[in-house]
Amino acid sequence: MSRLVDCRDAYSKSLEEMASADPRIVAVVNDSLSSTKLKGFASRFPDRLINVGIAEQNMVGVGAGLANGGKIPYVCGAACFLTARAMEQVKIDLGYSNSNVRLVGISSGMAYGELGPTHHSIEDMGWMRIIPNIAVIVPADAIETEAVMQYSARHVGPMFLRISRIPVPDVLIPGEKFELGKALCLREGTDITLMANGVLVCRALQAAEELQKDGISARVLNMSSIKPIDREAIVDAAKNTGGIVTVEEHSIYGGLGGAVAEIVAQTHPVKMRILGVPGVFAPTGSAEFLLEHFGLTSEGIRAAALELLKSN
Amino acid sequence: MTSSSEIDLARLARQATRTRIRSLQMVHRAKLGHPGGDFSSADILTALYQAVLRVDSSNPCDPSRDRFIMSKGHCSGGLYATLAGAGFIADEDLDTYMAPLSKLNGHPDRNKIPGVEANTGPLGHGLPIGVGCALAAKIDGASWRTFVLVGDGELQEGSNWEAGMTAAQYKLDNLVLIIDRNRIQQGDFTENTIRMEPMADRWRAFGWEVREVDGHDMTALVECFRSTPFVPGLPSCVVANTIKGKGVSFMENRPSWHHHVPTADELDRAIAELQGGAC
Repeated sequence: MSRLVDCRDAYSKSLEEMASADPRIVAVVNDSLSSTKLKGFASRFPDRLINVGIAEQNMVGVGAGLANGGKIPYVCGAACFLTARAMEQVKIDLGYSNSNVRLVGISSGMAYGELGPTHHSIEDMGWMRIIPNIAVIVPADAIETEAVMQYSARHVGPMFLRISRIPVPDVLIPGEKFELGKALCLREGTDITLMANGVLVCRALQAAEELQKDGISARVLNMSSIKPIDREAIVDAAKNTGGIVTVEEHSIYGGLGGAVAEIVAQTHPVKMRILGVPGVFAPTGSAEFLLEHFGLTSEGIRAAALELLKSN
Repeated sequence: MTSSSEIDLARLARQATRTRIRSLQMVHRAKLGHPGGDFSSADILTALYQAVLRVDSSNPCDPSRDRFIMSKGHCSGGLYATLAGAGFIADEDLDTYMAPLSKLNGHPDRNKIPGVEANTGPLGHGLPIGVGCALAAKIDGASWRTFVLVGDGELQEGSNWEAGMTAAQYKLDNLVLIIDRNRIQQGDFTENTIRMEPMADRWRAFGWEVREVDGHDMTALVECFRSTPFVPGLPSCVVANTIKGKGVSFMENRPSWHHHVPTADELDRAIAELQGGAC
């Protein structure tokens, strides 16, 4: 096992580097300097750090206005508040207006574990991906977080970046570029495809290792780009492997599994298993406990894959 | 700075009348719209576009232009007629108001209409966006200004007050909030719905410098807007006291005209009154 890294460090370090090269880059926070890891940014670029206080609707609108004024704003806050509290501003001020704003949803999924469902953000992929124009990206590790950040400065239009605080090992090769709308094949396989994103990609890879011992060849796709999504890679997986298991730190409704199912059902129907939070509010527990509780472990992924193949 | 004596009042009055007539024709044709608010804001919009804003219809994306944000996007009829008067869209485009595939949606779309800065319609969106614009200018040390027009009922949306606090905290004296204080919202008078008084004092308490003005006195409006910032270091708030349906006797101060569609007879009588008043 390689190093375990909090992807927030990669995003904040990248943002500082990008800001030093591009004066248009500004950051907007909702009294969230610590949790968004932007204290360094604030000390280096005090005039380009806007703290609107605890006011998410205002924060997203301010981002749209900064973009109107020629800035490239990174609007950063806890994913649960940034999305749910400001959804109409996200829809109208960013999506419908096609504003050049990056939303950075920090500590997404169940990273805030014990704080409970008020602080979990397991709906954000669904909410974001149904709004036209907004790109939705869920990086798998620190390497990809950095690559996504570098890409984001060039992107035109609104983006939602989902950044966890759960430390993860590196799964990408250092220097790997991020390509919008492309799945990254991390492991070739022919019997079944495991599709994951975010902090669960490393677990899907581990599950594939274990499946190998069972004599099963599992393909692993990193689906960091939820919107646009790699239709070609999904159809290929449906046609050339025996089924698809999706794995996400999100509700099983509306996220990665839903996005993949929409394509599979209309092109080449194959059996799927959608692993995630099964339409409930999580019980009390740490992030690690909750991931285990919902079977979002390498063993849970392996079991789902075996069950799917058995049912064929 | 142009002095008040240089304001061509006759020209501005003609444009305001034309805005009212065209917007009412548009609502009649589309069988949809918000004529009461179109009329209460017509003089404010005319003053801004004809005598205050540094905008150029031949270069609508000039980075150094003033920004005007029509937060009360439901009064798109008045906005579109004003934009036509300022050369941003063709007058004949107004006849396509809300027609299938027209660029003139019921609420303004900045990606379709030059001169529109923000997509509005849901209330309480314009002021936060205006705060962002003003911050961008401050960061750059640029001299362009941001004006936001809101309805008075619209201020029941809490996002306005979030933005109001931010504007004061960041000393956005390049930001002007204009309140179309016509005292009527969709269902009733504002004070019978959710009380908005003391309007001016509320904004003062939030750290803004406030002026009250007759929202139908063109000279007063132009002078007021041109005198911003009222106090260096403070955002400026203009409470423009207006009359919903202003200019037509049977429309004035009647909540039903918030979104009443005029009949052919009402349209004719309204135009006759407006043309008589403009002479």
